[in-house]
Amino acid sequence: MPTDVRHLSELEVGDVADIEHVGGERSFRRRLMELGLVPGTRVELKAVAPLGDPLELLVRGASLSIRRGDAALVRVRPGVKLTAPELEPATRRRLPIAPVRGAP
Amino acid sequence: MTLGESAALPERAAPVRATEAPVVVLVGNPNVGKTSVYNQLTGERAHIGNYPGITVEQRSGRLELGGRGPATLLDLPGTYSLSARSAEEQIALDALLGHAGLPLPALCVVVVDAGQLSRNLYLVLQLLELELPIVVALNMLDEVAHNPPSPADLSRFLGVPVVATDGRRGAGIEELKRVIAERLGKPASSGVAVSYPEALVADADRVVSALPAAWRSTPGRDRALALWALASVEPGDELRDVPAELRERCESVRHAAGARDLDRELIAARYACIDGALERLYARVERHPPKRASSERVDRILLHPILGFAIFLGSMLVVFQALFSWSDPAIKVIERLVAWTGTELTALLPAGVLRDLLVEGVIGGVGNVIVFLPQILLLSLLIGLLEDSGYMARVAFLMDRVLRTLGLHGRAFVPMLSGFACAVPAIMATRTMERQRDRLLTMLVIPLMTCSARLPVYTLIIATLFPPSRVFGWVPLQGLMMVGMYVFAIVTTLVVALVLGRTAVKGRRVPLVLELPPYRLPSLRLTLRNMVERAFVFLKEAGTVILACTIVLWALLAFPRPATAVAPPRPASVAAVHATSAEQHLAAPPVHPTAPEPARAESRIGESYGGRLGKAVEPLFAPLGFDWKIDVGIIGAFAAREVFISTLGLVYGVGDTDDQALPLREKLRQETLGGKPRYTPLVGLSLLLFFALSCQCMSTLAMVRRETRSWRWPAFLFAYMTALAYLVSLLVYQGGRLFGFG
Repeated sequence: MPTDVRHLSELEVGDVADIEHVGGERSFRRRLMELGLVPGTRVELKAVAPLGDPLELLVRGASLSIRRGDAALVRVRPGVKLTAPELEPATRRRLPIAPVRGAP
Repeated sequence: MTLGESAALPERAAPVRATEAPVVVLVGNPNVGKTSVYNQLTGERAHIGNYPGITVEQRSGRLELGGRGPATLLDLPGTYSLSARSAEEQIALDALLGHAGLPLPALCVVVVDAGQLSRNLYLVLQLLELELPIVVALNMLDEVAHNPPSPADLSRFLGVPVVATDGRRGAGIEELKRVIAERLGKPASSGVAVSYPEALVADADRVVSALPAAWRSTPGRDRALALWALASVEPGDELRDVPAELRERCESVRHAAGARDLDRELIAARYACIDGALERLYARVERHPPKRASSERVDRILLHPILGFAIFLGSMLVVFQALFSWSDPAIKVIERLVAWTGTELTALLPAGVLRDLLVEGVIGGVGNVIVFLPQILLLSLLIGLLEDSGYMARVAFLMDRVLRTLGLHGRAFVPMLSGFACAVPAIMATRTMERQRDRLLTMLVIPLMTCSARLPVYTLIIATLFPPSRVFGWVPLQGLMMVGMYVFAIVTTLVVALVLGRTAVKGRRVPLVLELPPYRLPSLRLTLRNMVERAFVFLKEAGTVILACTIVLWALLAFPRPATAVAPPRPASVAAVHATSAEQHLAAPPVHPTAPEPARAESRIGESYGGRLGKAVEPLFAPLGFDWKIDVGIIGAFAAREVFISTLGLVYGVGDTDDQALPLREKLRQETLGGKPRYTPLVGLSLLLFFALSCQCMSTLAMVRRETRSWRWPAFLFAYMTALAYLVSLLVYQGGRLFGFG
């Protein structure tokens, strides 16, 4: 993944990233954070709708769909995709903020 | 008329009837199987009502608790959090806190999806902070069978009872009932304390003193309410019952916080608490559960740019076909049954006003109601299956790009498509949308779709008043007109949706956050049960209005009665059977056992109140090119649009008729005014547009009233559509005449 990715909307399908900041209108920010997209949470861009919008994200084991325009308001830090075996407890603790994505 | 206004309706009748039985509320995120747990707990008894003035449905039922006696179980709208933003969330909040005249719950049962623990626990934490007595139903454990969370560990973390349940198969329900009975009346317990940043706690404490006295109780709960207010109250929100003092305090505290993001501090603290606990609770955290993985495989096909769209179009075709054609045989049977009952009763009873009232008003009215049942049952079944399987969320995902340009939700697609068959089941189908604003907007544009009841009217007008010529030498004009009416309907729907979305139902902009739940096999039993419930709600609530309207329309066209009661003509309202297609309308048996004597009927219907009304409004409709005879037809068409034809048949004394009947067509063509044909193609076009745009359908209005639980939205719907119809017909007719047509 290109390292200059700064926003959720710039991810490509399959990319993972950690949320840094949710911007935009207050109601949007709050809704997204309440659904678990708090700073430090890992997200994966799972798919893009056939018409190019909206996006499908994998967050905390759930699929959430948001529009590209809204995703542009979410600042992210590109992450390294980990494979399942690496996600054993020891590895997991080394991550900046323990992502409970996929739990259980 | 804005949404904010409608949300602030003063009438707030307590939805739960006063009983001594304690109230147990059922809360949970959307898509966690709450409804199936509700059904399992209440057995077959359920009461479906509505919160007054808004489109949020309320279910309550009896919860038998053995020796403990019965309790009232109230099912709250699914919600991710209590920071109320939508009407649904506000209702959940009011019910939990005992605000707005709702009884304070004796116990909250929180349904939690075992596969989505972190997000589900967010709601649980909020409830615990408010010191509500809680029992957790840990649902859908079967989907995480490979690595299940332990109810005992979760119970230890939360400090409240946790029962493993399986809402679909009913496992754990008896245990849940036992725990509910045991916990009823016991004080709240909680073993978890979220550690908020000190500054945030200080902020909350500054808000506490502004809380209304009625909200205050223990310090812990006061602080939780203060945090709720800090996170929820903002200028322009749709919250009701927030005193001005509290609003101002929240504003000033937020202002004083400066650059600090209070929402983020609050939400992040809760998630940190959850994340920490889950890490301790689980031996290993997996990338994602297998249920997800198999859903992803299905999505790869169903959301595929080409294959996915093909499947989408195919399934929508099935929905449309079911409404348009498959319901036909059942509708025919109902029509025949109604006609037969009418004939039998006519033969049985002595002639007179009572017989006419029974046969034409009551039997006809009941027929007008039950004729909708096949489509309502079919559409509820299909929507139930689409919804429960998880595909409806994908429909919204696929169609969002298209519908959002119109200000509509992606989920509006299925209801709008259904509108091309019939607006009545389509309006019922708007329930599939979560937000009240989306539901209202969709409801208000659905009646513009070319429903099947318009087809016979279009057929009659086009076949009678337009020449069977060809355009460009090969395109048949009449066929082109019919296609044109469909295109016209689609275009107007889009334009009206755009306009209304920015004016009448201008809700706050809420960004789309759509959950795509894993695919699940729908439970046929639950879907069928829901289908039957829908049908009963329709019969009871919309049906009574339709029946009453039929009787009024009958009276309008039957009174005053002639001095000699010899062979009184049957007014049109009895013939208000619903045609699904033009062909089917043709095949419908004559409802009138005896055709009235032509000359007599013509004069009589003109003398009826309906006829007089038609004549009275003639000057009003003359600028549109309509005479009183058409006006009477339009009045009759209020029963159902195709009744226009049989009413005209009565006016012209050709007896019972349909859109293919030649006598009526001849009569219409022969009508002259000053030596020239009275009904020109221009009059025909004006009439076509009037029917396309006006809300000539009492059943649609009855259904909107049922879904919004108020008369203001059906009144608005009727007013805007009639005004639009009048305006467009006026412009077309007068403009046409200006250019020398007609």
